[in-house]
Amino acid sequence: MSKHSPRDRVTGTPFTRGLGVVILAGITLLIILAIFVSPADVNQGESVRIMYAHVPGAWLAYLAFVVTGISSVAYLWKRTRSLTWDRIAGASAEVGVLFMGISLVTGSLWGRITWGTYWTWDARLTTTAFLFVTYIGYLAVRGLGGTHQQRARRSAVLALLAVLEIPLVHFSVQLWNTLHQEASVAGRGTDVEMDGLMLFTLFLGVVVFTLMYVWLVLHRQRSLALDDMLDDSGLDNALTARRAEAQGVAR
Amino acid sequence: MDDAGFIFASYVITFGLVGAYALGVIRRARKSSREVPRDERPWL
Repeated sequence: MSKHSPRDRVTGTPFTRGLGVVILAGITLLIILAIFVSPADVNQGESVRIMYAHVPGAWLAYLAFVVTGISSVAYLWKRTRSLTWDRIAGASAEVGVLFMGISLVTGSLWGRITWGTYWTWDARLTTTAFLFVTYIGYLAVRGLGGTHQQRARRSAVLALLAVLEIPLVHFSVQLWNTLHQEASVAGRGTDVEMDGLMLFTLFLGVVVFTLMYVWLVLHRQRSLALDDMLDDSGLDNALTARRAEAQGVAR
Repeated sequence: MDDAGFIFASYVITFGLVGAYALGVIRRARKSSREVPRDERPWL
């Protein structure tokens, strides 16, 4: 039975509740613009509408994995060492895997329309799938036993190795002859050749996905903090019970 | 609209997955926070 009122049983704050409302409004606007208002592309046709979910998903996955890397450095550096950094790294990696999964699935649907196949062993697709599996491995390593500090240290080292894959994925379209197109917005050229409304919809998608990322990471890292507190109190209780048992035997 | 099924599916999957993950996080956190006193939660 809880000692606290239901309002206490949450990881939310007035900020995250306000952010949630903005996100819901943003999602509604994004869906309307992406599916019904923005024009079809000259080359891609209607399938370009999938890009407003696929591209922000990929970008936010990169961002999430970079945040995991930076938080891991912050944990490993003695001056800033704190389990909060470890929990931010874990939460960000989890959300990054979610966004990368979304990017892979939506890219696969787009590929079915444009290329006639859901999957091909193209350099971009293969390196992306490899990055996805690497971070699933990172999450599995976080779930191994040991103290919180052991978990933090081993996962921080792994995160620093995993983050090196991101440039390989991003530049794979330039390094190899691939089916996947090069970046349309942040590519090698300086000019963006996109219709204004299409560019705005893509920009809105990035903003909405970024806000979702912030909301999810805030809640998840607080949830991880609660799990760690529970682990600590469980260990304390077990030690107290063991000492009481030992004292009983001594008498 | 051509390929409407693929386009709608991509948005249903995207926001369905995010929604399911968000609900899972909140549910797990609510379960854990029942055992943790309010004053031990620095964000409150």
